[in-house]
Amino acid sequence: MGISLEKVSYVYEQGTAMETAALLDIDLEIPDNQFIGLIGHTGSGKSTLVQLLNGLLRPTSGRVLYNGKDIHANGFDKKALRADVGLVFQYPEHQLFEVDVLSDVMYGPRNLGLDEATCKKRAVKALENVGMKEKYFKTSPFDLSGGQKRRAAIAGVLAMNPRILILDEPTAGLDPRGRDEILGLISDMKKRLSMTIILVSHSMDDVARYVERIVVMGNGKKVFDDTPKNVFRHYLELEDLGLSAPQITYIMNTLHEKGIDVETDALTVEDAAAEILKKIKK
Amino acid sequence: MIKISKLIHDYIQRDEEGNPSGTIRAINDVSLDVRPGQFIAILGHNGSGKSTLAKHLNALLFPTEGTVRVDGLDTKDESLIWDIRQTAGMVFQNPDNQIIGQVVEEDVGFGPENMGVPTEKIWQRVEESLKTVGMYKYRKKSPNRLSGGQKQRVSIAGVIAMHPKCIVMDEPTAMLDPSGRADVIKAAIKLNREDGITIILITHYMEEAIQADHVFVMDDGRIAMQGSPREVFSRVEEMKELHLDVPQVTLLGHLLRKEGLDIPEGILTREELARALVRLKK
Repeated sequence: MGISLEKVSYVYEQGTAMETAALLDIDLEIPDNQFIGLIGHTGSGKSTLVQLLNGLLRPTSGRVLYNGKDIHANGFDKKALRADVGLVFQYPEHQLFEVDVLSDVMYGPRNLGLDEATCKKRAVKALENVGMKEKYFKTSPFDLSGGQKRRAAIAGVLAMNPRILILDEPTAGLDPRGRDEILGLISDMKKRLSMTIILVSHSMDDVARYVERIVVMGNGKKVFDDTPKNVFRHYLELEDLGLSAPQITYIMNTLHEKGIDVETDALTVEDAAAEILKKIKK
Repeated sequence: MIKISKLIHDYIQRDEEGNPSGTIRAINDVSLDVRPGQFIAILGHNGSGKSTLAKHLNALLFPTEGTVRVDGLDTKDESLIWDIRQTAGMVFQNPDNQIIGQVVEEDVGFGPENMGVPTEKIWQRVEESLKTVGMYKYRKKSPNRLSGGQKQRVSIAGVIAMHPKCIVMDEPTAMLDPSGRADVIKAAIKLNREDGITIILITHYMEEAIQADHVFVMDDGRIAMQGSPREVFSRVEEMKELHLDVPQVTLLGHLLRKEGLDIPEGILTREELARALVRLKK
């Protein structure tokens, strides 16, 4: 189950002089319960891809299937799809607007037409899931700190009970501590709620540390789709695509070139330290 | 170039009717000197006061107490405000908020035109500035068609065209992909090394601060640490207490040292780490 893209292409402004193909012939499987990193340079097609996944855009050709059903076929329940595939945009805190945190998070469930008690129950649960303390429920969202605002905004999407949560650059503009908190939270949510998470990110260091699979987009095509270790082996090709590898990949490759016999595929500083110790102490 | 003495900045909080209800001290007794031609990095977690400090350098804010002098000009003197802004240019996080022209070269020419530079001189400046940031071949393009990194370099060109002695960059790479980040930092280093422009870079990316001559770390409105990048990043545990990181290569060296390897603290590059490890093997 999950989302599948079959030979999907998307062309902006088709039939005009401005015609540009944003995506070309993409096949992609998004199964249940997987932590996926989606990376690509600006203009690589990743935002278009994200909008195709929850039906905001309709493919120019090819099909998008959700649990085996074509989401653009007649009679398909798009509203249910949008509740199931939650999208947290960049700087989601700019979209907070209600008088207090709880009402803001209840806005989505209310739009689904659920009764007040259910809306509240869902909102409270979502806020608990993002680690927001009850004392903030009646606070104006505008009085929260940057990191807390972002949590509240993520809770707003969680309250829709999505099966797949797509986060577009959820750590942009946060300091290192805020970044670690949000990514730790997302990783923890993934485990507790067994949902699929798609993390769209420009930070190779973050992607390397957290996800189990990386999809790399380049010039409208899917270039790599593999485990982080396998993807970052291609770090020179990633550079040609306007991307890079995690800092730790460069460090290990330099050590290797300078004659220290280490494996170069460590993804975190801790793994790298263990690998170096193993080889040096031998 | 910049001389700040005993700067205090209070933001006034207002209640719902707009009456002052209290103050928040964002900068608390900061003194610092920046010499002409220095490359300065300012680090600090969200809310530490670093952006407030940046706004003082451009006379976007006025001191509550203390003084800020930019190239000898006192920012409290309102008659000097345009001279100050011409001396210390500012680049912000979001390039989309800084570009106004329909065509790249017009956007870059806007600043000098406003300063009353004669037309033929404006074109000369536009050409020079765009060449400096490597965007000359895009001069006839619409800024909308550029990537984030390219837009940010156009913003920088717009600042350079006003011939500032100093450029303050407030998280200029926070919204960019890896190649965009690298290009912006390269442009900043070039302006500093080749044209002698004083650069003040505020960033959350620790590895961008390695290039600096001097690093200031802000916490709670004060300067908590300062020194060369090596001095500051050697203090890994203190940086963590301030919610900050050190570059991954520095952290890796620190972990290996804790495990008993005889390598120095404050390693800043992969080559340094390789040398230290090769020495151990012998």
